[in-house]
Amino acid sequence: MANFAKPSAPRFSVDVYQNEFLPEGGRDVHAIVTVTATGGGSVTRGTPADGTAAVVIMVDCSGSMEYPPEKMRGAREATAAAIDTLRDGTAFAVIAGTHVAKEVYPGQGRLAVADPATRARAKEALRGLSAGGGTAIGTWLRLADGLLRGSTAAIRHGILLTDGRNEHEEPAVLRATLDACAGRFTCDARGVGTDWEVKEVTGIASALLGSADIVADPAHLTEDFTLMMENVMGKEVADVSLRLWTPVGVEIQYVKQVAPTVQDLTARRTDTGPRAGDYPTGSWGDESREYHVCVRVPGAAVGQEMLASRATLVRPATGGEPEAVLAQGLVRAVWTNDVAASTAINPQVAHYTGQAELAQAIQQGLEARKMGDVDGATAKLGRAVQLASVSGNADTARLLSKVVDVVDAVAGTVRLKAKVADADEMTLETRSTQTVRVKKF
Amino acid sequence: MPAPAGPHGSPGAGEPAPGWGSVAAAAPTLVGDPADWATAPAQHRPEQEPEQEPEPRPGPAGAAYPGHENPYGAGQGPADGPETRHDRPGGDPAGGHPGPPPGATPWGTGEGAHEAPHENPYENGYDGPPPSGAAPGGKTCVACRAGHVDTDGYCEHCGHAQPRERDHVEEELGSVAAVSDRGLRHHRNEDSFAVSATALPDGSAATVAIVCDGVSSASRPDEASAAAAAAANEALLEALPRGAHPQEAMHEAILAAAAAVNALAPEVPGAQNAPACTLVGAVVSGGLLTIGWVGDSRAYWVPDDRAALPRRLTEDDSWAAQMVAAGLMGEAEAYADVRAHAITGWLGADAYDLEPHTAIFKPDHPGVVVVCTDGLWNYAESAREMAQVLPADAAVRPLHSAQVLVGHALDGGGHDNITVAVVPFATQTEREPGAAPEPGPAAAPEPEVEARPQV
Repeated sequence: MANFAKPSAPRFSVDVYQNEFLPEGGRDVHAIVTVTATGGGSVTRGTPADGTAAVVIMVDCSGSMEYPPEKMRGAREATAAAIDTLRDGTAFAVIAGTHVAKEVYPGQGRLAVADPATRARAKEALRGLSAGGGTAIGTWLRLADGLLRGSTAAIRHGILLTDGRNEHEEPAVLRATLDACAGRFTCDARGVGTDWEVKEVTGIASALLGSADIVADPAHLTEDFTLMMENVMGKEVADVSLRLWTPVGVEIQYVKQVAPTVQDLTARRTDTGPRAGDYPTGSWGDESREYHVCVRVPGAAVGQEMLASRATLVRPATGGEPEAVLAQGLVRAVWTNDVAASTAINPQVAHYTGQAELAQAIQQGLEARKMGDVDGATAKLGRAVQLASVSGNADTARLLSKVVDVVDAVAGTVRLKAKVADADEMTLETRSTQTVRVKKF
Repeated sequence: MPAPAGPHGSPGAGEPAPGWGSVAAAAPTLVGDPADWATAPAQHRPEQEPEQEPEPRPGPAGAAYPGHENPYGAGQGPADGPETRHDRPGGDPAGGHPGPPPGATPWGTGEGAHEAPHENPYENGYDGPPPSGAAPGGKTCVACRAGHVDTDGYCEHCGHAQPRERDHVEEELGSVAAVSDRGLRHHRNEDSFAVSATALPDGSAATVAIVCDGVSSASRPDEASAAAAAAANEALLEALPRGAHPQEAMHEAILAAAAAVNALAPEVPGAQNAPACTLVGAVVSGGLLTIGWVGDSRAYWVPDDRAALPRRLTEDDSWAAQMVAAGLMGEAEAYADVRAHAITGWLGADAYDLEPHTAIFKPDHPGVVVVCTDGLWNYAESAREMAQVLPADAAVRPLHSAQVLVGHALDGGGHDNITVAVVPFATQTEREPGAAPEPGPAAAPEPEVEARPQV
């Protein structure tokens, strides 16, 4: 449908899937909260962006990027492609990252505004990128933060590419930098090659509510950067929070994003009022995400019903515009003596509980494998194969099959492969949190 | 099941049944001793009517409400108005309910008489401020008595659901009254009723009562029962004033109710768990009593003269009833089985073989028809038990009587939703006891196929 208004905010809807029935005295309530944003207007490159978005690209220029030289060349071309994907009017900058961070374009602590001329000058500036130096990712992020803070754009985003470990910075410094940047901008992180640390890259993306992935072959960087930038250009609402209100006596056990990836948000809560707290979800385009909410309610007698939690999607107040409630859903608890009702497991809850366990089994299995614990690795990765199989997570099943020989997927019987390519192991670990949607019933 | 021939010798159309003026169609297979019919004395005992005061009764009825003459503190009698609702217990502490002390409600918010085991059903140990002043200008939660009730009907403090309109519904028209209650063990009321009064073409009054019980294992049972009760009621209100025969009208009303329930189902062929419900209806018109039903909701006849024997007028579409009817089990054994209450007939999209049962009676003595769901009759199964629970002045205080019956079920544990309509039946004209049936429209031949009860 045509949308003649300026890039309008998408409409949000919240659906709650749960089995609300508890046995007498039952206390744990599980629900899958599905948030869908639609109708935000399909934005194309030709559409002026009205200064709603600002993007900083951070390119690793450490010495290792020249080994092999395809990495540096791939990074340069990918950054150029990302710049070509910028919509007119988008504020942007390019940073070269080593043990220090340097502005490549436009410089002097500013952001450029995308148009044909600035795009051409930015790409020209990329030719000057050369490899040399160490890696201190925190410095890159702090420079990006400084640049983005000068922007009034609602959507502030970073794209970070690294090829190695964060060797020239204390982990605590990176940690503190991520904590400081969280909520100020969102960031996608990519590792190119196989010499980087999966947990560092996924940790950056997780803290800054972006995506993480591996680009093992530098030749694929351009395609990946283009897709990533298109995704950023599709964002229309920033800083959306999932607000959970709970009655007196109700404790939140956990809050996890479970689709498209598993992200535990439990510790990310900010109290926002009496018995209410916000969990950050970052920026939204036309997309759908699912959250698993588990709360513990006070036990009650059969026949009683209560509201266990009210899940609201909230856009914060921004310059003049007051805080807006975008959508809400109710998580309920109903006590019944109907055993069939109270013992049933909601299919969505079952599915995403399985997907979360799948991610954990992969991570624990790979960890055990690194430690030389063959039995532990075999058990965990076998369980992962089983879960991926029953839930129809074909992508993860395929990645697992490069690390283990599957004897019986249904039973979860596997053998560890003697020889596993680094790229395959890192791909599995990086993508372990990717989930599939619940199957149609 | 074939053979409507029951223990009463299957009276043909118009053939008088002993003790009743006539049965204008094949009688349903009634439960109980056929002698009941023959021995039912039809004399009026002047000292028994009309009773102005509820007489403390011995037995279950008397024990029903120790210290609670009227369980709801409302509807003291027909004079109280056409409709009394009591769905905001404690919601308006300053408003002042006429009857019970604060907290003495059927929802167990305090120390209600039949709520002893549920003194604090919320178990959250909340000790909030006293109700007074807790919620200026808003409704106060009945559970914690501290929080406001939000627009969703939940307390914004403790989260507990508030009583809904359908949790307890009462309605009284001059000639009929009904009460429906959520009970103590279900979280919502899936029963529905409709009562109405209209006039026949000759100007005489006709009374309609419909009671429906949503099938819990189906989806949206509350919507099913509401749709069925409304549709059947409307169909009868359309048919009776234009002179339709009541039994035919009842048959058509059940079909209309079935169509209304079918319409609730998603238009997916073979969709699972389409909404479903039972139905039982009674029409009192032109000196006739017409009953129709599908499922296990029931109608009982309780003569005003309590020396006469009461009767059950319906035969359940249930596993137990089928076992008994087929002679495979004794009544006690069948009803003790876990499958006893599995119903074999209902209204709804899954019911591919709908068989409405209808029957028409011409009682020659006054009495009361009790039309109810199993939430009541589980606590007063036999006609004799029902008659014991029904107050003696039921004919003149139908609403109060319905309240007492609901209270009886709550006292018994209130394990299901409870709905009952009380329909007084007065004989139209002076009639000699045991007189031969009068000729008239009522005795006209019936459409046999539709009238034949399926048992």
